[in-house]
Amino acid sequence: MTQGIPFNVPFLAVAALIGIAFYIIVSQRNLIKLVMGLSILASGVNLFLITLGYREGGVAPIYTHAPAGIMVLPVPQALTLTSIVIAVACLALMLSMVVHIYRHTGSTDSEKSRIMKG
Amino acid sequence: MVVASLAFVEFLVIILARDIYLNGLHIYTLGASSPDLTIPENYIVPVRIILEVDSMSIFMAIISATVSLAAAIYSLSFMKGETGQNRFYTLLLLLVAGMFGMVLTGDLFNLFVFLEIASIAGAALTAFRTKFADTAEGGLKYIVISTVAALMVLFAIGIFYAQYNLINIGALAHVMQYTMLDKIALVLLAIAFMMKLASVPLHMWCPDTYSVAPASITIMLVVASYACLYALFRTCFTLYGVSPDMVTVGWIVITLGMLTMFVGVTMAVFQTDIKRLMAYHCISQTGYMLLGIGVGLAVLNRPEALNTYGIAAMDGGIFHIINNALYKGLLFLTAGALFYRTGTRDLNRMGGLAHKMKWTTIFYIIGALSISGIPPFNGFASKLLIYESVYRFNPILAIVAMITSILTLASFTKAFYSAFMGAELPEYQEVKEVPKSMIAGMAILAAGIIFFSLFPGLVVERLAHPATEALINQGAYISGIMGGGG
Amino acid sequence: MMSKIVRTMASFLILFVLIYGLYIIMHGHSTPGGGFQGGAVVASGVALLIVAFGSHSIHRSLLERRLSILISIGLLIFIGLAFGGMAKTFFYNFLVGSPIFGHIPPSGPNPGEMSSGGVIPIMDIGVGLNVAGGLSAILLVMALATTVMEVEE
Repeated sequence: MTQGIPFNVPFLAVAALIGIAFYIIVSQRNLIKLVMGLSILASGVNLFLITLGYREGGVAPIYTHAPAGIMVLPVPQALTLTSIVIAVACLALMLSMVVHIYRHTGSTDSEKSRIMKG
Repeated sequence: MVVASLAFVEFLVIILARDIYLNGLHIYTLGASSPDLTIPENYIVPVRIILEVDSMSIFMAIISATVSLAAAIYSLSFMKGETGQNRFYTLLLLLVAGMFGMVLTGDLFNLFVFLEIASIAGAALTAFRTKFADTAEGGLKYIVISTVAALMVLFAIGIFYAQYNLINIGALAHVMQYTMLDKIALVLLAIAFMMKLASVPLHMWCPDTYSVAPASITIMLVVASYACLYALFRTCFTLYGVSPDMVTVGWIVITLGMLTMFVGVTMAVFQTDIKRLMAYHCISQTGYMLLGIGVGLAVLNRPEALNTYGIAAMDGGIFHIINNALYKGLLFLTAGALFYRTGTRDLNRMGGLAHKMKWTTIFYIIGALSISGIPPFNGFASKLLIYESVYRFNPILAIVAMITSILTLASFTKAFYSAFMGAELPEYQEVKEVPKSMIAGMAILAAGIIFFSLFPGLVVERLAHPATEALINQGAYISGIMGGGG
Repeated sequence: MMSKIVRTMASFLILFVLIYGLYIIMHGHSTPGGGFQGGAVVASGVALLIVAFGSHSIHRSLLERRLSILISIGLLIFIGLAFGGMAKTFFYNFLVGSPIFGHIPPSGPNPGEMSSGGVIPIMDIGVGLNVAGGLSAILLVMALATTVMEVEE
């Protein structure tokens, strides 16, 4: 975050991402788009965590060639990294399930490929 | 090999359980120079990954260990003939690891990680039998719900971190201010865990997933959802503890519990697919637990009410978790046995199987009587505790709970008649009893039910009540983190 | 299978991608990066090869079975190191002060110290192997699955 950007802008971006993601998840019938919505949701939450990690005047917590100054605690970065790793695994699993659904039913439309009802 | 390792885990858990009852809470800090060094020198907050085990955690761990042992033994023959056996057991162990992590951890972010591990493994196992068309659909529903729930948990963790720079449950509870943001976080956490629990407004995934998963995996998923129940309790009791809003939260939990109970059972009555029927009952039984705990939550800051009936309600709710894990597990396994031999889950196409599959029939009867709360069985013991205490809190709630119980009995009787009784159908002349390892898997759970039926007082006193005490006693959990080491 | 220009460039670039991935894995403990990030870079190299040469020809030389051996080795390294600290606690960093990666730099800015971090660099290697193998396997299987479907249609 550079100077001149108001502190709230990242949070607005987070809200926008999460809003878009929920809109996609609720409204879209295509399963691939559903997975994309979940991916956007994950990005929104990750951006939220990374934004929290910023402290006014802090530098990144890397000792190699570090400039002098106060370092931020690297916990949010670690959390975000873990969450990205998990999101990758989830996405891979979901996409492979969508592939299976497509193979069995010939459609990625959640209404058409739906087997179970009631 | 898998069975041996799970048996070993069960053994370790029981040793740990005995130790915890004798000595109280245990702390284990990963990577520190000594296990109880929660706060290193020059730090004021706990920094490492900390496992914190009290009676409630170990109670859930006992359930997880027992059910996964039964599931693994059952899988030995149930999954024979599937491709990729080693992957199946790897994922099974991963699911067990996820459940254990969720119940034993003392750290919110760890909870999130293990929640996701359990979800991914569970979804992959649900969709494991790719030769069926519907498995991928059930798995996809499960993973989508889990991902949304887990991201909500992560967002709540972010809110906590923003305010307190902490993610440890005990340390957070220590500094909790009950600001507006904390309330938002509580709502997010509660919605997320309720989603995973299949509590009523968000229960739609549950029958689809439970009915298509292999039977041994279904019971693991049931226990995994109870691990989320544990997380919900941990959040409400330990993280937030006694605050004025807990009455509201308690009433919300009670209302959702009642809805869950009633909607679950009314949906179940109309089902013809035996596993869908059981899945809806599973939703309905979750309602009992929410009811028992919700009453405890609503009276948490009224000590006299807490002592007269609040603790009894919570004992009942917690005792119901282990009972339900056992008998619901047994019922799902018998449904799996029927599917294994007949190739269908449709009740209308079964019939007259009682003579062919004697053991399965006996286990089904034990499970069905127990879930309906018929007196000698353990389901009765925990339901009676809930009825008695809830009646003193609010009589209407107890009446709805009893009606639910009657409907449960009705629908299981219907399922029993259509599957086991009646004329022998010509296409099932060749049906035999299921293989030995499947019987052994069911027998473990049935033995648990019978043991709990014979000694309900002992179990409540030794298992459920310490768990309740651990939940109520927020201070002990906090001082375990903040007071240890230094 | 893409054109000859793409294939030549891909087989040239893959060296740099792999070396960059390995660099990120090896320097994970002292600079930004680590096992997962480096492994992901290596897997992106595999993705480049899949795009350039087609999934079937890659599948001939890069079998899933070999990749799962890679994954298993990575996991064994990781859990083995975790148990290595068992004398004190699970995951205890037992290599601190020892000749291998054991040098502890003074707290504060430094010009980069390779031999620090104890078990962390070795864990990074384990994680890197695991992630590179796992992500490549996922990419390969998905690429194969989609091509099979194209043939069916």
